[in-house]
Amino acid sequence: MDEILRVSHLQKKYDDFTVLDDVNFTVKKGEVVVIVGPSGCGKSTLLRCLNGLEEIQEGSVLLDGAVVNPNKKDLCKTRERIGMVFQSYDLFPHKTILQNVTLAPILVKKRKKEEVCQEALALLKRVGLLSKKDQYPRQLSGGQKQRVAIVRALMMQPEVLLLDEITASLDPEMVREVLDVVLSLAKEGRTMLIVTHEMQFARAVADRMIFLEGGKIVEEDETKSFFEHPKTDRLKQFLQTFTYEDL
Amino acid sequence: MNHTVITEYLPLYKDAFLLTIRIGWMGILLSVVIGMVGCFITHFKIPVVNTLVKGYVELFRNTPLLVQLFFIYFGLPKIGINVPAEICGIVGLGLLGGSYMAEGFRSGLEAVAKVQTESALALGMTRLQLFTHVILPQAFAMSMPAFVANIIFLLKETSVFSAISLMDLMFTAKDLIGLYYNTTECLVLLVVFYLVMLLPVSLLGSFLEKKARLSVFGA
Amino acid sequence: MGFDVLLKGNNLIRLFGGLMVALRISLISVAISILLGIVIGMLEAYNNKVINAIARIHLEIVRIMPQMVLLFIVYFGATKALGLNLTAEASAIIVFSFWGVAEMADLVRGAFASIPVIQYESSFSLGMSRLQVYVHIIIPQIIRRMLPLSINLITRMIKTTSLVMMIGIVEVLKVGQQIIEANRKSSPSAAFGVFATIFLLYFLVCFPISVFSKYLEKRWEY
Repeated sequence: MDEILRVSHLQKKYDDFTVLDDVNFTVKKGEVVVIVGPSGCGKSTLLRCLNGLEEIQEGSVLLDGAVVNPNKKDLCKTRERIGMVFQSYDLFPHKTILQNVTLAPILVKKRKKEEVCQEALALLKRVGLLSKKDQYPRQLSGGQKQRVAIVRALMMQPEVLLLDEITASLDPEMVREVLDVVLSLAKEGRTMLIVTHEMQFARAVADRMIFLEGGKIVEEDETKSFFEHPKTDRLKQFLQTFTYEDL
Repeated sequence: MNHTVITEYLPLYKDAFLLTIRIGWMGILLSVVIGMVGCFITHFKIPVVNTLVKGYVELFRNTPLLVQLFFIYFGLPKIGINVPAEICGIVGLGLLGGSYMAEGFRSGLEAVAKVQTESALALGMTRLQLFTHVILPQAFAMSMPAFVANIIFLLKETSVFSAISLMDLMFTAKDLIGLYYNTTECLVLLVVFYLVMLLPVSLLGSFLEKKARLSVFGA
Repeated sequence: MGFDVLLKGNNLIRLFGGLMVALRISLISVAISILLGIVIGMLEAYNNKVINAIARIHLEIVRIMPQMVLLFIVYFGATKALGLNLTAEASAIIVFSFWGVAEMADLVRGAFASIPVIQYESSFSLGMSRLQVYVHIIIPQIIRRMLPLSINLITRMIKTTSLVMMIGIVEVLKVGQQIIEANRKSSPSAAFGVFATIFLLYFLVCFPISVFSKYLEKRWEY
């Protein structure tokens, strides 16, 4: 498989505080990589660096050979190729659902409106929200909003999709509907980099797992052995916090 | 600036100031009463009176105090209702303020009633207990910032009283400027007295607003 | 009851003429307030300490001082202190704009501050340029937050124009007084009819605008 994303020696600091320290990994085309780790370990910051939302101090992020850097003029061009969905509902409140998902392709890719709308309707139908197309974000539940946010990112036909804890602020019963969408995307071979706390989901969706702690990659492995045969003590401890012993 | 002029004018301004705050606060008191009554009527949707109150609120919110005062002071006597200037000032301010207060209390009441009614009823409270113990205290707290803002607004509005020949601060200033041309001194005194009147209320307002914000958003 | 006096001669037209003077003053002031207010509000969004401190003081002055006092300061004070000979109407426009700019700038500042960072970030992550983000995402949201409140400012200005008669501008109230004065003998109860009419005129101007502002606020609520 071809490599699509390469992160090498990435370092990110807020003033004196090092958030990410010498992070190295690659993602191949069609691969789903899930990043887990305790809160505050830098997972979200890492995803934001990949999309040029944060300045990095050292190292590099390469998308298919092109440098992702917030100070570069053609950042918009690179960002078109990387989609991102955030934890908080970030739909545009003044636009309808259909306008939310078609705005960027029409504006940024200068594509024809009719063509974009058709594609949008097909995707909305797929996530079960076709009937909501003319409603406004405030009329939707959290889970529905996140599904729209995924569609909005997909509409740019990104080569890589970054999902940053997209179920973290949802009510439990809405988590499933969003994760099902992500699972179906994985099945059709989308390249995705996912940060999540849902371990069951991670196990189901990931090809490869990365365990991040204190801004460093502590362990990286195929999904099966990552969960079944963790090598480091840190990971063992971390995985144990998600299981309950019988009383 | 001439200090002797200022000391000479000071007693005149002091009298005008006392008159202004007397009429101002009496008017505000009246407006609170009118506002509360109006708010209860609209909240409980008492038929007929409800429509009247709504009409009154819209009428007085959408017209200037000066016009209201002219109508009461110069217009009403022509149909046999004579109102002395001071009463006219109090009633005018009370009616104007009442329309604002009613709106302010109502939105506070609505904001609380929506959230709290069901939970309190679930605890087995009667409707009256609910209203006096749960809704009212919270609604009062919620409408506090708007309440203080309205008081500041009304105190500022007192500046038009001179138009119905009440010898308030503006009247005194204009009179003295016209008589002796000590414009600077007169204007400085005018500003100082209005500051004395409004600054404490304004500071109290910012304090309460900060407190209200904390209680709404704070942990 | 004195309404008949309005039908005499061109009295009603004169009254409308007076109302137009009041509306002209408020509309010019509103236009200045909106333009300057937006510029200053956007400057405030840069968080420059000096600009923000000045804007803050400006706003506090406007909040505390009655417009009437400001009118006196500009109309009587400016002539004396600066040797300027301002017309009453110019003084009124200066005072109203001074007031409006402070409030508009505060509205713009507040509207900018109320847009969550995530709105910018998610737009950027869709590949939009900075200009596109402002034009399509941020500014439309700011307008929706500001417009109802700025319309509210318009009605308050229209109402406050009634004060300008106190510095000698012949607006609707003053015209009313003149009509009453001129017809003192023929219709002694003119004061009731004329002031009731002016009362109603102000209501007819301000009420529709308030309703429109409330409608926008409801419609754009999220």
